[in-house]
Amino acid sequence: MFNEADLTALAITLKLAFVSTVVLLLLGTPLAWWLARTRWRYKFLLEAMIALPLVLPPTVLGFYLLLALGQNGPVGGLMTAMGGRPLAFTFTGLVIGSVVYSLPFVVQPLQDSFAAVGRRPLEVAATLRAGPVDRFFTVTVPLARAGFFSAAVLGFAHTLGEFGVVLMIGGNIPGETQVVSIAVYDHVESLQYAHAHWLSASLLLMSFLMLVAVYALNRRLRVVRA
Amino acid sequence: MTIEVRYRFDLDTFQLDVNLELPGRGITSLFGPSGCGKTSLLRAIAGLDRHAAGYLRMGDLVWQDEDTFVPAHRRAVGYVFQEASLFEHLSVQGNLEYGLNRVPPSARSIPLERAIALLGIDPLLQRSPATLSGGERQRVAIARALAVSPRLLLMDEPLAAVDLERRQEILPWIETLHRELEIPIIHVSHSPEEVARLADHLVLMRAGRIAAAGDVHEIFTRLDLPLALDNEATSVIEATVSGHDEEYRLTRLDFDGGQFTIPRQPLAVGSPVRLRLAARDVSLTLQHQSGTSILNILPAAVEGISLDDEAQVTVRLLAGSVPILARITRKSAAELGLQPGMQVFAQAKSIALLH
Repeated sequence: MFNEADLTALAITLKLAFVSTVVLLLLGTPLAWWLARTRWRYKFLLEAMIALPLVLPPTVLGFYLLLALGQNGPVGGLMTAMGGRPLAFTFTGLVIGSVVYSLPFVVQPLQDSFAAVGRRPLEVAATLRAGPVDRFFTVTVPLARAGFFSAAVLGFAHTLGEFGVVLMIGGNIPGETQVVSIAVYDHVESLQYAHAHWLSASLLLMSFLMLVAVYALNRRLRVVRA
Repeated sequence: MTIEVRYRFDLDTFQLDVNLELPGRGITSLFGPSGCGKTSLLRAIAGLDRHAAGYLRMGDLVWQDEDTFVPAHRRAVGYVFQEASLFEHLSVQGNLEYGLNRVPPSARSIPLERAIALLGIDPLLQRSPATLSGGERQRVAIARALAVSPRLLLMDEPLAAVDLERRQEILPWIETLHRELEIPIIHVSHSPEEVARLADHLVLMRAGRIAAAGDVHEIFTRLDLPLALDNEATSVIEATVSGHDEEYRLTRLDFDGGQFTIPRQPLAVGSPVRLRLAARDVSLTLQHQSGTSILNILPAAVEGISLDDEAQVTVRLLAGSVPILARITRKSAAELGLQPGMQVFAQAKSIALLH
């Protein structure tokens, strides 16, 4: 079954997915809100940028992140100058990579659901004495809850499935940056198929269950709305 | 108390430019064709459009001037949107409480129970908005707007999104508000019937400007305004039930210009009523006719005749102090020799009781 290194990889993967999802929601919500409401004529440029990870090979993304986060990159250099250490090959580096990599999976469902809620319920809330922040939490969030759920699950699941980006910027440090997808790769390389099976199956099952939840909930909400 | 409204800002194809002083009580209707800026003006009054530049004073409160913009959620208005726009994630009760809970108890002048009773929605409280009919939704929306104890109630075509039958279901409730509550109501409509039923004060709008504003009885009958020149022209008359004739099943209504007799109504003597008299149902004679089946014959003085080249003209009459319109052929007007100041008799073929 699982050896200790496999369990560690599994724990790191789940922790990475969880932390990334929280960061993605905190970052993606205001971004999606702004994209859904702005009339800025060049917003399509930003939308295209956010969608890039959907089409780019993860190694390309990982390569640029490595340059940015490494010792001589702008971010890594800044960290070094401030007395820290570069972010490449650290867990924090992995979180940054995951956030960039999974951003479209969080921003798009949120943006769509904010657009679907529309302005009217917020105007109604304003005439019922609710201020802007109050309106967001008592009207937008409950009406867009399906979007939040989809965004969270897709962000989480997509981070679980990361490989290329992690390999490029995280390396493969067991106990620190080795995640399940890379552990599977290592097992196959060294012909340990049984281990590869266990890890692969657990990832497959988790991902499937999460997607089932997303699609089932979306269907239920559509029925309620009709 | 009055409401001073001055706005000037650009809409899609024209500029909204209004300067109004509205009465601080009763129902004021903003009336005009679709796209004339009525709703934009109402939204500006509510504070829903920040780019709407102007001045707004509500009694002694200035909600907007050059330096001030009180945002919508700090203005004591209630707003009823064209579509009820209930919060689908809350029950009817939750919708009502949403606004109520945001008003400090000391500022609540309309208790929730009163808003519920005024709109007759007690049986609906536990329902989800998705299960309500169009008429029920709109009544909940009105009660929700009242539950914030507004000092001014704004209604944007509250009947436009419901079918004709449901309209009859909502109108009496709006009339109840008018009777029972002190707060002024500004109401947007493009339906002359709705305005004739509800309005005390009428503002006619055309392409972003005010064509005329004043008392509803006056505006409906002014010969220099399009309302009076239409074949659908009507007069609106306030009267009081003065008695019943049980033998012939009739009800007598007194007004300043005389008396009307209509089929027996289940109304107490002394009740105020509003009547609508279609101009084309009024004919004129020089002598009091006898030997006619028409019951309602009023002495009246010709005040003016529209300058029309068409077959029909509108004659404005005064019965006592009450303006009444008659829509007759230009030929008849010439043959009777109608002149301003002449005494005539107006024969009303039918009279509609509005409420």
